[in-house]
Amino acid sequence: MMAMGAAGRYPGATPLLHLQGIVKQFPGCRANDDVDLSIAPHEIHALLGENGAGKSTLVKIIYGVMKPDAGSIAWQGKPALIGSPAQARALGIGMVFQHFSLFEALTVTENVALGLTDKADRVGLADRIADISRRYGLPLDPARSVHDLSVGERQRIEIVRCLLQKPKLLIMDEPTSVLTPQEVFHLFATLRRLADEGCSILYISHKLEEIRALCRRATIMRLGKVVAECIPAEKSARELAELMISARLQPQSFAHSIDNQGTPRLVLDRLTIRSNQQFGTDLKDISLSIAAGEILGIAGIAGNGQSELMDALSGEIPAGRPETITLDGMPIGHDGPRDRRRRGCCFLPEERNGHGAVTSMTLAENGFLSGHVRGALQRLGLIDRRRTGEFARAIIKAFDVRTTGPEAEARSLSGGNLQKFLIGREMLQQPTLLMLNQPTWGVDAGAAAAIYEAIVALARNGAAVLIISQDLDEILMLCDRIAVIASGRVSVPIPVRDATIEQIGLQMGGTAMPDHNVKLPETRYAVSA
Amino acid sequence: MQFRLEPRGERAIFWVYASPALAIVLTIVTTMALFALMGAPPVKGIYTFLIAPLLGSAGISALALRATPLIMIGIGLALCYRANVWNIGADGQFTLGAIVGGGLALHFPNAPFFVLYPAVLLGGILGGMGWAAIVAVLKTRFNANEILTSLMLTYIAALLLVWLVTDPWRDPRGFGFPQSAMFSPNATTPIIIPGTTIDLGSLLAILLALALWQILGRSVLGFQLRVAGAAPRAARYAGFSNNRLIWIALMISGGLSGLAGIIEVTGPIGQLTTSVTPGYGFTAVIVAFLGRLQPIGVIFAGLLLALSYLGGDAAQIDLHLPNAVTGIFQGILLFYLLACDILILYRFKRLAPSPRPVATEALT
Repeated sequence: MMAMGAAGRYPGATPLLHLQGIVKQFPGCRANDDVDLSIAPHEIHALLGENGAGKSTLVKIIYGVMKPDAGSIAWQGKPALIGSPAQARALGIGMVFQHFSLFEALTVTENVALGLTDKADRVGLADRIADISRRYGLPLDPARSVHDLSVGERQRIEIVRCLLQKPKLLIMDEPTSVLTPQEVFHLFATLRRLADEGCSILYISHKLEEIRALCRRATIMRLGKVVAECIPAEKSARELAELMISARLQPQSFAHSIDNQGTPRLVLDRLTIRSNQQFGTDLKDISLSIAAGEILGIAGIAGNGQSELMDALSGEIPAGRPETITLDGMPIGHDGPRDRRRRGCCFLPEERNGHGAVTSMTLAENGFLSGHVRGALQRLGLIDRRRTGEFARAIIKAFDVRTTGPEAEARSLSGGNLQKFLIGREMLQQPTLLMLNQPTWGVDAGAAAAIYEAIVALARNGAAVLIISQDLDEILMLCDRIAVIASGRVSVPIPVRDATIEQIGLQMGGTAMPDHNVKLPETRYAVSA
Repeated sequence: MQFRLEPRGERAIFWVYASPALAIVLTIVTTMALFALMGAPPVKGIYTFLIAPLLGSAGISALALRATPLIMIGIGLALCYRANVWNIGADGQFTLGAIVGGGLALHFPNAPFFVLYPAVLLGGILGGMGWAAIVAVLKTRFNANEILTSLMLTYIAALLLVWLVTDPWRDPRGFGFPQSAMFSPNATTPIIIPGTTIDLGSLLAILLALALWQILGRSVLGFQLRVAGAAPRAARYAGFSNNRLIWIALMISGGLSGLAGIIEVTGPIGQLTTSVTPGYGFTAVIVAFLGRLQPIGVIFAGLLLALSYLGGDAAQIDLHLPNAVTGIFQGILLFYLLACDILILYRFKRLAPSPRPVATEALT
C-alpha cells in the first residue's frame, strides 16, 4: 500500500530507467526481441516470465554485464551507456543475485569489505552495516561468520551490500525462493520502505501471488518479447500465468486424497548421518514412512539437510545399521544405489550437472547411467547400444525434451530441458518408490505441469513418491502429506489439508531463527489493492 | 586489438582433432627457431630431426622399436587418465616388469620357449601390476595422492634394478660390467617380419590398442571408468564403486607398462642393464594426451614421439646438437598441446578497440 501511495505522488515524472527496443541475439536464440521497459521513481516493478523468457538477459543488460545488439537505455531521462557493472553501480543501480557470492569462512563485515573497491570506504564499515540493517529492518550482526547464518540472513548481507552504495534502483533476482513465509513478509516490508524513500525496485520472479502483493506494475515477457504490461493487483494469478505461458493453463487439482494408510513401503527409523561435506548438515533422528500410492512432501529452506537426506535415501551415504532404512520390510540401509534400484527405487538428486547427469556425455549415455540396472541395457558386460538408444528416445518423446536426439551432449541442453530428461529417465523405469529432490528446479511452468501429472499418475498406479522441495506451493498442490526439514531434523508428517502456512513456516524456520514468532497477516501476503 | 576467451558451451569436435595438429605445427616452428639459435640451419635441422630418420627400412624398424613401448604404456595411461587416476609412475612399473620377467628368464634359461616365454611375459605383467598395486593401496586406504606415490616409486624401481645388476644378478662372465647375462633364445621376443627388427611386441601393441578402444567405448567397465573420470559424484549416484575403479585403472595401466618393460628387455636389449628405459613412462604421458586419451590416437602419437627419439640421435650425430633436443621437443609439444586444447571448450572473441556506443536516441 505504501508503494502504491508513494508512486502515486509522482504521476508524470520522468522514468528513472527507460529501455527501448532492446535486442540481444545469441546463436540460435533471440533472447531479447525489441524489449521496452520503463521504471518510475518510487516504483516496485515486476519482471515476470518463465525460465528462458529473457528476463536474465534483460537484467544483465541493465546491470552492464552484457551489451545489447540494438536499442537505447535512458537513465533519469538522459541516454546512458552501461558498459560494466561498475558503471551501473556508479549510476546508482544495485543488484541482489539469486546465487550469493559470499565466503563462508569470513564474517559479514569482511564479506562486504571484499566488494568495496575504495579503501576509504572500509573505515567504520561495521557501524554502517549495523546502521543500515537497523534502519531497514534487516537484522544482521556484522561480526558473525557467514557459515553460521541462515539463507535469509545471507540474503540480507547482499541487500545491505547494495544499500551501502545508496542505489536509486535495486534489482532483485528471484529473492524469495530461499526464504520462509515469515522472512518473505519481512523482506516485503523492507522493499516497500525502500521504495517509499526513493529507491525503485525491479523485482524478478515467477511467483504470481508475491507479485500481486508487492508490485505496482508488471512487465511480462515470453520468448524474448514483452507480451503485456499491467497492474498485477488488478489481475488474478491465473490471468497472469496465462499471459506468462503460451498455452492456457489446465485447472490443476491433483489433491487425490487417499486415506489408505496401507502397509508402508519405505520406513526410516531414527536415521542419523554425519554430512560428508564441510559446512554440511548432519541428519538427526529422522523417522518417517511412506505408503504405496502416497506422495509425501518434505518442505524446507535450502541447506537444511535436503541433499544429505537424498544421499542417504539413494544409498550414496550408507546408513549406520541396515534396519535404519527398510523397503517393503527388507532392510536396505547398507545397500548401494544399484541394489536399491534393483529393488524398485528410483531417485534424482537436486544437482543436475555432475551428479544426476554427466554433462560431457550424450543423452543416451546419461540414460544408461541410472537406467541400466532396471532397463536391462547391458549384455555380457557390453552396453546394448540399440536398447540404450531406444530408452533415450522414449524419454525424449514422452517428456517432450527439446534436443537433436539421443546423441546430443547433455551440456547442450538448457537446464529445464535436461531436468525433463532426467525426471523422465527415473519415471520410465517403473519405480515402486520414486524419490526426487527439487523436481522442478529451473523448469518452466508448462514442463513443471507435465512432471506433476507424471508423478501423480505414477502414484495412482501404486508407487510411493517422496518429494523434497523448497517450493511450498508445489508440495501443497501435489502431496498427500507434508513434513518439514530444518537443521537436519524432519517434523512429523501431517496431511496437507490440515496444514497451515503459519505452522509450516514456523517449522521451516526451526529453532535457529530469531524472528519466528512474527504475527502473520490473515492472507498469505497482503495484497495492496 | 584485444581478445577474450569465451566459453563455447559445448565441445568443438573440430578442435578435438585440430588442436594436436596445430600443436605439432607450432612445435616444429619453435624447434626450428631453437635450431637457429643453437647455430644449426633450421630447415636442414628439422629435416634431420623428423624426416631423415624415417628413410629406408632400417628407419621403419627403428621407429617400430621405439614406438612399441610408448604405445603400450600410452594406452594404459589413457584409460587411467580418463578415469581421473593420475598414474605418473609408468616408468617404475615398466622397470618392475623388466625385473620380474627378466628374473624368470635368467633363472630358467633352459625351459622350452612355449613355457618360458609366456611365463616371462606374465611375470612382466604381474611385476608392473604389483608396483601399481602399492599406489592403489595407498590411494584407496589412505587417500594418498597417486601422482606423488607413483612418481616416487619410479626412483625406488630404478635403484632396485641398479642394485640387482651390480650385485646378485650380475653376469659372472661380464668383465665386471653392471649387467645381467644375455637372456636365452627361449626367452627372446620373436621377430615377426624377417629382415627387420619388428617383433611380436609391435603386433601386441596394436592389438591391445584395438582391444582397449573397444573396452573404453563399448563395455560397461569402460563406461564406469569414463563416468568416474568425468563426474565422480555421478559415478557415486550410479552406484559405481570408486575404489574398485581406481584398482582396475591402476592394474590395467600397471600391467601394460610391465608388459612393455619385459618386451623391451627380451627384445631390443636382450638382458638387464642399469637402465632399461630412456624415460618411456614419462614420454608416454605426452603420448596419451597427444592421442586425445583415445587408444587409436595413442598409436599415432606414439609413432610421432618415437620419431623424436630417433631425431635426437640423428641431430646429435649429423648436427652436433645435444641429445637433450629430444626432451625439449617433447616438452614444447606438451606445452602447445595443453594450450591449444583450450580451443575445444573456448573460442577467441575479438574485443572492439574502444567500447562501441549503443545506438541511442533522445527520449521525449
